[in-house]
Amino acid sequence: MKKVSVQCRHVRLSFGPTRVLEDVNLDIEPGEFFALLGPSGSGKSTLLRLIAGFNRQQSGDVLIDGVDVSAKAPWERNVGMVFQSYALWPHLTVWDNVAFGLVERKVDKATIRQRVGAVLELVGLLAFAQRRPNQLSGGQQQRVALARTIVIEPQVLLLDEPLSNLDKTLRVQMRQELLATQRRLGLTTIFVTHDQEEAMTTADRMAVLDKGVVQQVGAPAALYDDPVNAFVAGFVGTMNLLPARVRAREAARITLDVEGVGELAFPLAGGAPEGERLLVSFRPHSLRVDLADAARDARYVWMPGTVEVSEFLGEFTRYRVRVGSHSLAVDQAHYAGLRKFAVGAAVSLGLEPSQVRLLAA
Amino acid sequence: MAGVQPGVWLAGALVLAFLLLFLVLPVGRVFYTAFVEADGTPTLGHFSAFFSQSLMEEAFFNSLTVAVMSAVFAALIAVPLAYFTVRFDFRGAILIQTLGVLPLIMPPFVGAVAMQLIFGRSGSLNLLLNDWFGFTLPIMEGLRGVIFVEAIHYFPFILMNLTVALRNIDGAMEEAAMSLGCRGWRLFWRVIFPLGLPGFVAGASLVFVKVFDDLGTPLVLGQTNLLAPQAYLRITQVGLEDPMGYVTSVIMIVFSIVAMALSAHVLRGKDYATTQKGGGSIQRRVLSTGGSIMAYAWIFIVLAIVLSPHLGVLLLSFAKVWSFSPLPDAYTLAHYATVFQDSSGMIRNTLLYCGLAAGIDVILGVTIAYLILRTRLPARQWLDWMATASLAVPGIVLAIGYLRLYKGVTLPGTDVLLTSTWVMIMLAYAVRRLPYALRSCIAALQQVHVSLEEAAESLGATKMRTIRRVVVPLMAGGILAGFVTSFITAAVELSATILLTSAESQAPMSYGIYLYMQSVAGRGPGAALGVLAIGVVAIGTYFSHVVVERTHSRFQPAAKGSEA
Repeated sequence: MKKVSVQCRHVRLSFGPTRVLEDVNLDIEPGEFFALLGPSGSGKSTLLRLIAGFNRQQSGDVLIDGVDVSAKAPWERNVGMVFQSYALWPHLTVWDNVAFGLVERKVDKATIRQRVGAVLELVGLLAFAQRRPNQLSGGQQQRVALARTIVIEPQVLLLDEPLSNLDKTLRVQMRQELLATQRRLGLTTIFVTHDQEEAMTTADRMAVLDKGVVQQVGAPAALYDDPVNAFVAGFVGTMNLLPARVRAREAARITLDVEGVGELAFPLAGGAPEGERLLVSFRPHSLRVDLADAARDARYVWMPGTVEVSEFLGEFTRYRVRVGSHSLAVDQAHYAGLRKFAVGAAVSLGLEPSQVRLLAA
Repeated sequence: MAGVQPGVWLAGALVLAFLLLFLVLPVGRVFYTAFVEADGTPTLGHFSAFFSQSLMEEAFFNSLTVAVMSAVFAALIAVPLAYFTVRFDFRGAILIQTLGVLPLIMPPFVGAVAMQLIFGRSGSLNLLLNDWFGFTLPIMEGLRGVIFVEAIHYFPFILMNLTVALRNIDGAMEEAAMSLGCRGWRLFWRVIFPLGLPGFVAGASLVFVKVFDDLGTPLVLGQTNLLAPQAYLRITQVGLEDPMGYVTSVIMIVFSIVAMALSAHVLRGKDYATTQKGGGSIQRRVLSTGGSIMAYAWIFIVLAIVLSPHLGVLLLSFAKVWSFSPLPDAYTLAHYATVFQDSSGMIRNTLLYCGLAAGIDVILGVTIAYLILRTRLPARQWLDWMATASLAVPGIVLAIGYLRLYKGVTLPGTDVLLTSTWVMIMLAYAVRRLPYALRSCIAALQQVHVSLEEAAESLGATKMRTIRRVVVPLMAGGILAGFVTSFITAAVELSATILLTSAESQAPMSYGIYLYMQSVAGRGPGAALGVLAIGVVAIGTYFSHVVVERTHSRFQPAAKGSEA
């Protein structure tokens, strides 16, 4: 099957006075598993429905395989969509649900039988072909919805929060199944989710949306390691943010005055945004935590603090440590025999400069 | 059985006794009589006799035709209206809602006479058509008239049920089909219609049963060759001993039950209320100018037809003379004077019978609801089924059952025959309207969480006092709505009334209207009485609507919270 690309060029959409999408530009590669990640109201579902043809942009173009489809109705686009609610028709059997699109395409009966059988085999539901959707479990319904969509061999597969109606264990299993099926078919797939774990574990690349604007596009690890702004930093994983004022910029070094903490100096490896005010950002697990009077490793930037909260999560312990006027999240990997810090203990937090990203405030 | 208190047994026994005495035994007696010879030996001879009489056979097929065709025409009116409301974004939706209520506030037999004056052979429409174009439309001729009157009276049942069903369709159901290449008519037939079908079937089967059982409309229109009028004529003219009346009754009940069972069978496992989280209703579209014009045209045609009996009755009630002219020749208030002079007794009777019947209904309704939902009384579900089964019993059949079962029974200590008293009319109303009050009470009690009662009991209130101080006050809205529904529907009941009224002094309004309408001279006062009856029903309907809305809003905040 030919793999196709999907592109959005300067797409804008408003519902009345509400601006839902603002100048969205995306290039989704042929065969890519692409995630649209964002909080509710970020416009991610609207964007997906726009690619499917259920919403119409006010300006800009949507290209599938290089062809502008903006003027095409949903049934002319050859785009398959799996709905959040699955939208399986309760009056039809599993078989008839899956055969629906082929009947619409006036495929001959023998071919329909062969293709529906094959796709039900693929999702492991051939034995359930004569059941009604409401006689299936949530995971099975999800597979029928997928089968119904891929049987028409769409150019692009769109998934709208496909796993949100499943319980946690099933979600992990279905996630892997979905990815395996996508890889086998090599189908360009766009996946909408508000769950960053879901996006990071499955997507080749992802776009983070907020308030109708694409904030950043990239591979999951790239977005995690190098978020471009405070929103992406906070939405993809957990991030500590310290507001700071620039004291001095030198060639390879920047000195910052962090409110309520004092002066900190960092090497300028990855560069720093312009401006007087910056945000110092770092992940909870990139901090070392030690007793206040312990010997200090000079490669780290050290800050004194007090433990306020301690939560034991198994793999690690998450502390909330008060540093000046800020409360920082600190994760310490756990192993048997490790001594934990008590609430109220005075500690030192060591920050490794290479793990620090400076963001525009 | 353990855990069932004596009081519960007593309440259950009283309800059961009522249902047995005034529903099960009378109807059972009708069945029994239809299947035995005069000496008591079992026979099927009455049935073969029935079908060997061409008159009866014709009545049977006429009834079937009228009921089916009424449902078909009601569907033709209702389906486009329901589709407009759900699919399109336009102001006419409010008009359609109004359309859905207007016909129901007037019993069809009241409108029938007015319909004849407007659509009949020498009615307004045909006089005008003849004057202007030289042809006439035989709309009211023969059975066609019955079908026409019934269809415009009962289409709201389909409209309301179908609208709800269509509204509950998850919009994604439609979008999924669209993205698979389906649109236009195919989209409607393959997805929207099947998903709305349960609502349609529920409404259409109701129309079928109502029309099949209706006695008043064919009688007023002079169409006696249908089952209900035949049963009535047999009993009143040939006598209570004539087996044909009973055979007819049995056939009517069987058809009602079969129609209801069929619709229940079709609907089983098809709760297509598919809106779920993440999904809205089906897409609303903006109508094109051409589409708007067509939609409004249809709505106004239906509105005009639906309003014509109301208008006709109103005109008739003020008309001095109205024949062979499009509109009355002169107007008068004399008919209202006549009505208030001669028929104030009828108005009082209606208020008395219907008030008592509705009172009995809510008492039984609350009791049964409580027994089903809150006690472990064995076989309690049967009380619900029995009470609801009265929906399938035509009024005329229930009346025949009463007359037969209580034949010769006198009031204790007197020579007065039980069947000659108004108590029988009142009881027939109570039994026939019990299902409405019962549904209302069950719905109301379901909204009262058990923990509210447990809280009262843990604070020291006994069962009876908990029911009085907590349960009933919380159910008040539902009880009131049930009372009003029972009351207003009983006020326009004719089929049982007509047979059970033995003296003019005990006649209620519905009987009075029917009696007046028998003669040309009586049409004016009959219409005036009809206007009063419509007024009573309209006020009652509005009142119960307000009560239900208020109760809903009172319970809403507590029920919410899970909405994300």
